[in-house]
Amino acid sequence: MQPNNIETEADTVTRDTPTHAFDMSGLTQNDGPMVLANEAICLHVDDLNLFYSEKQALNNITMQIPEKRVTAFIGPSGCGKSTLLRCFNRMNDLITDVDIRGSIKLHDNNIYEKTVNVAELRRRIGMVFQKPNPFPKSIYENVAYGLRIQGVKSRRVLDEAVEKSLKHAALWDEVKDRLEDNAMGLSGGQQQRLVIARAIAIEPEVLLLDEPASALDPISTLKIEELIYELKSDYTIVIVTHNMQQAARVSDYTAYMYLGELIEFNDTNTIFTKPAQKMTEDYITGRYG
Amino acid sequence: MFTNLKNWFDTGTPYIWLNAGAVSISVLMVIGLIGLIAVRGMGHFWPSQVSLFDYLENDGSTSIIVGELVDEETVPMARVSGGTNADHDGKTVDRYLFKTGNRDITGLDFRWVLKSSIGEQSFPVELMILERREWGNFYGYLQNVKEDNEVVTGKENDWDLFQSYLDSNDIIHDEIRHIEKDLIGKINYEMERLRLQQRGLELKEIKAKAPYDEIKTKRQSLQDDYDVLTKKLEKLYLQFNKASITATTAEGNTVEIPLSKIVRAYRPNAMSQLQRFGFYFIKLWEFMSDDPREANTEGGIFPAIFGTVLMVMLMALIVTPFGVVAAVYLHEYAKQGPLTRLIRIAVNNLAGVPSVVYGVFGLGFFVYFLGGSIDELFYPEALPTPTFGTPGLMWASLTLAILTVPVVIVATEEGLSRVPRALREGSLALGATKAETLWRTVMPMTASAIMTGMILAIARAAGEVAPLMLVGVVKLAPTLPLDANFPYLHMERKFMHLGFHIYDVGFQSPNVEAARPLVYATALLLILIIIVLNLTAIRIRNNLREKYRAAE
Repeated sequence: MQPNNIETEADTVTRDTPTHAFDMSGLTQNDGPMVLANEAICLHVDDLNLFYSEKQALNNITMQIPEKRVTAFIGPSGCGKSTLLRCFNRMNDLITDVDIRGSIKLHDNNIYEKTVNVAELRRRIGMVFQKPNPFPKSIYENVAYGLRIQGVKSRRVLDEAVEKSLKHAALWDEVKDRLEDNAMGLSGGQQQRLVIARAIAIEPEVLLLDEPASALDPISTLKIEELIYELKSDYTIVIVTHNMQQAARVSDYTAYMYLGELIEFNDTNTIFTKPAQKMTEDYITGRYG
Repeated sequence: MFTNLKNWFDTGTPYIWLNAGAVSISVLMVIGLIGLIAVRGMGHFWPSQVSLFDYLENDGSTSIIVGELVDEETVPMARVSGGTNADHDGKTVDRYLFKTGNRDITGLDFRWVLKSSIGEQSFPVELMILERREWGNFYGYLQNVKEDNEVVTGKENDWDLFQSYLDSNDIIHDEIRHIEKDLIGKINYEMERLRLQQRGLELKEIKAKAPYDEIKTKRQSLQDDYDVLTKKLEKLYLQFNKASITATTAEGNTVEIPLSKIVRAYRPNAMSQLQRFGFYFIKLWEFMSDDPREANTEGGIFPAIFGTVLMVMLMALIVTPFGVVAAVYLHEYAKQGPLTRLIRIAVNNLAGVPSVVYGVFGLGFFVYFLGGSIDELFYPEALPTPTFGTPGLMWASLTLAILTVPVVIVATEEGLSRVPRALREGSLALGATKAETLWRTVMPMTASAIMTGMILAIARAAGEVAPLMLVGVVKLAPTLPLDANFPYLHMERKFMHLGFHIYDVGFQSPNVEAARPLVYATALLLILIIIVLNLTAIRIRNNLREKYRAAE
């Protein structure tokens, strides 16, 4: 009965081919393209390997996520980009039979250290999921949830935080008159912005967005993208997306992943105009996937 | 033709008919059951007319019969002894059941009479029915009212005089009851506590004199109160027994009946339809609010209603937290594997164990082992009289809680597995720990499933009788388990229960005919109480469900 093993998209593709169909020689070195030289680094991923039981889902990922920038992960379904994203806030801990080797450092601290308080880590690294998942509570309580968890009781503090977060998430004007209404009554796009407001209410350092707009209509998608653009100044944002145009529009840096490997990581312009790898180019131009 | 039939089958219409038919039959059966019980049970309180007629006995003599028609049936000739004229086709005969009362005079209060032997019926308005505290109803005529054996003649007619005497006697009766049950009951309770206190001191071998003296003075003051009350009671009884009436039966027997033995007197033949309705509701209210009389065949069943509801509520209070906690551990924390599977199978099988087995377990484990230990530890002064080491309310509730805990566990687990994973992740991603996620997000969303479990548990527990007979139910409890004496809720007391009451009245009663309608009425009431309990729970559940509508 326990939902032990959720199927993340990484699961859905067979990974039983140990050798790659493509020629992997001549890849650029993964750890940090030269363009990152001028950036402050928020997350260091070092030689990260992840196994679901026997299957390897991530292979030797080494990369750096720049601070207060938008980094996009693109790649075909099952390439491990969501899995990688969920490594950043240790969401994969919830799945049994997951083995993670290597390290991820938030600034200087390895988040996979045994002494790390996972709840505290998740407070610092917020996450928004593919499908909007507001709690069946009032709009107000949804946004105040994280603060209440931290023990904030003062109504004044909560009121301020709720208003600020909702404004930040560009939802305030739409819901300010019905904060006590059930959040399930909002539209999909509003729900997703509510979830973002909920995530930023606790003022995390990093915001992980797992295909935040894939379940939304174009107008809501546009709003979310505008929102990401706004939030960039305050948060380090990592976004997983299937939508190439979206990645091109919102991100500063883009990583292309394939079958658990990080194929190419560079600033978005370069990736989309003159990718170093043939595989990346094929994917971006639509010859693959 | 054949293809037509095949086409008809292919449309699916026959299955719809089949399903609809099954539903209709179920609904009809339920309505039929409740209807039957309602008609049989509720008719009992209606003041039907009393008829008077000459009856030709089998031996050729004639007697006068006065009574209320209760039942009629057509039976084969062979079942009726004696030579009578057969009706219809010569093989069967109609007969009536009359409630004739006067058990103290005739020895019977119900009579079957043959339709063909009945003379002309009349309905004299003067015929009265007396409901007595003993010996059942009296049917007859009022002759006069006496006070201190002197015939009273007032301005009013005798009937009104009789009624006014009855009214004043009613007030006295209420007062006597109040003094005996509440005031003296309280004194007795306090006295018993003092006795136990003293016994406790003796057991602890306390030599000091002061505590004994204190008990003594308290006891003395209680005794003084008691003396005052008995004096008052004596006076009241004197007044209560003052008046009496002379009445004659239809056959001409004259009897003297003290007013203190009469609960109510009425003349059904003189009543208007409206008065009948009024009388009906008075009787109905009496049935629901009074204590039983005469081996449970008369009076009300309030203690049984009270006991049933209280026991079920206590059961729900015990079973819900217990079942929920167990389900949360099983579903959220325990490592899923063969062991949890085994536990689940065991839990589901528990639901199928015959309930009387739980009764035996309750008696052996709760009453004798747990109760016995509690007595030794906390109530040594009362021994050898057991306090908790005897069947009682607490053990009955606990036994039924164990009986129903599988239902709650299964329902809660189902509710937990219905909470979308996305919501749990959403909460965890906000920095909530697993416990916080459970408490703030998962449990509220499971609340309606828990309520469903509770509804099922209540439905099961309220209808259970067999285990209760072993762990706490009695046919007549002298006191309610909830009263004004500290600590108010007496978990160790025995109690009455509607289900057991039905069994007792229906199968253990000396007076079958008198008891039968009560069986139906009690059954109806039991069903109604279960419905009310369930509707309340369903309402709460629906509110919760509306509030925590899950993310779909």
